[in-house]
This record gives sequence, C-alpha cells and structure tokens, in this order.
Amino acid sequence: MDSGFGSDFGGTGGGKLDPGAIMEQVKVQIAVANAQELLQRMTDKCFRKCIGKPGGSLDNSEQKCIAMCMDRYMDAWNTVSRAYNSRLQRERANM
Amino acid sequence: MESSTSSSGSALGAVDPQLQHFIEVETQKQRFQQLVHQMTELCWEKCMDKPGPKLDSRAEACFVNCVERFIDTSQFILNRLEQTQKSKPVFSESLSD
Repeated sequence: MDSGFGSDFGGTGGGKLDPGAIMEQVKVQIAVANAQELLQRMTDKCFRKCIGKPGGSLDNSEQKCIAMCMDRYMDAWNTVSRAYNSRLQRERANM
Repeated sequence: MESSTSSSGSALGAVDPQLQHFIEVETQKQRFQQLVHQMTELCWEKCMDKPGPKLDSRAEACFVNCVERFIDTSQFILNRLEQTQKSKPVFSESLSD
C-alpha cells in the first residue's frame, strides 16, 4: 500500500515520503500565510488611516497616503520584530 | 505492506526525526511571527498618528516601548493570576477538569 502522501505531497514515483520536499513545501506555505496576514492587516490599517468618506475612486492624496502608510507599516513590523527578538534574548540570558 | 501515514505532526515525527525537529522549529517561528503581527497591529494604534515619509525616532521609540510594555503587561497578568489562584481560586472548576 502506498503512503497517502505519495502521489501529491513530497512524493517520488515510488510513493515514498521525501522529508526534504515536504519541509520545503511547508516553508513556502508558511511564508505565503505570513505575507497574506501582513497584507490583510496592513490593508485594514491603511484604509482606516487614509480613507475618509469613500469617494467614486481613490484620489491622488488618498493614494499617496496609502503608499506612505504601507511603507510605515512595514517599518513598524520590522521595529516590533527586532524589539521582541531582543526582549526574548534578554529573558533567555536572565534564566 | 506499508502502514499509512497520518497527517499529524507526531506521526510525521515518528517517520523521520529530522522532520520532527523541523516541525518544532517552524511551530516556534510561527508563534513568534503571530505575536509580531498582533503587537504591530496593537502598537500601530498607539504609536502612529499620521504616516509620514519616514518612521521618526519618536514613533520608533514608542513602538519599542509598546512591545516591552505589552510583554510586561502579559507577565504581570499571569503572575497576578497565579497569586490569586493560590489564595482564592477563581478558575478552579474549569482549570482542574
């Protein structure tokens, strides 16, 4: 009996599990999920910041605001990530 | 006859120790990422007024302080809950079952 993973997930023709291929696919899926989450949150935040009463289209100032908002949200994400990582390292050092 | 492999992490780990380690590492990374997402969203509300051309140093300092205080807050809450549980159990029924 072939493994259920054989034909469509990390499998070769022989139906054996290929851990390397599985790990690679999982990493890609996690990266995609993270990017989607960031995009979703950023869209929500920037919409709230930049759009007052929604008009017939995005006007020039709204587009500029959204562009700056996106860049600042990425900056914020990076700053938070560094700060959290730094905190974790300090906590580990004090254990 | 080969046994079928379930999709659970522990079963995969039983197949290959390398895979087990990989799952543990990726799970830990995901927890980190999720908390970064959560804190970024929370701290954005507290620290970002009008997004400008740069993240100015005042805002950046606010984000760093926000992360630190968020973690301090969650630790304080856990500690206080522990102390309260010792003297006057609040969640004993639900927690002990």
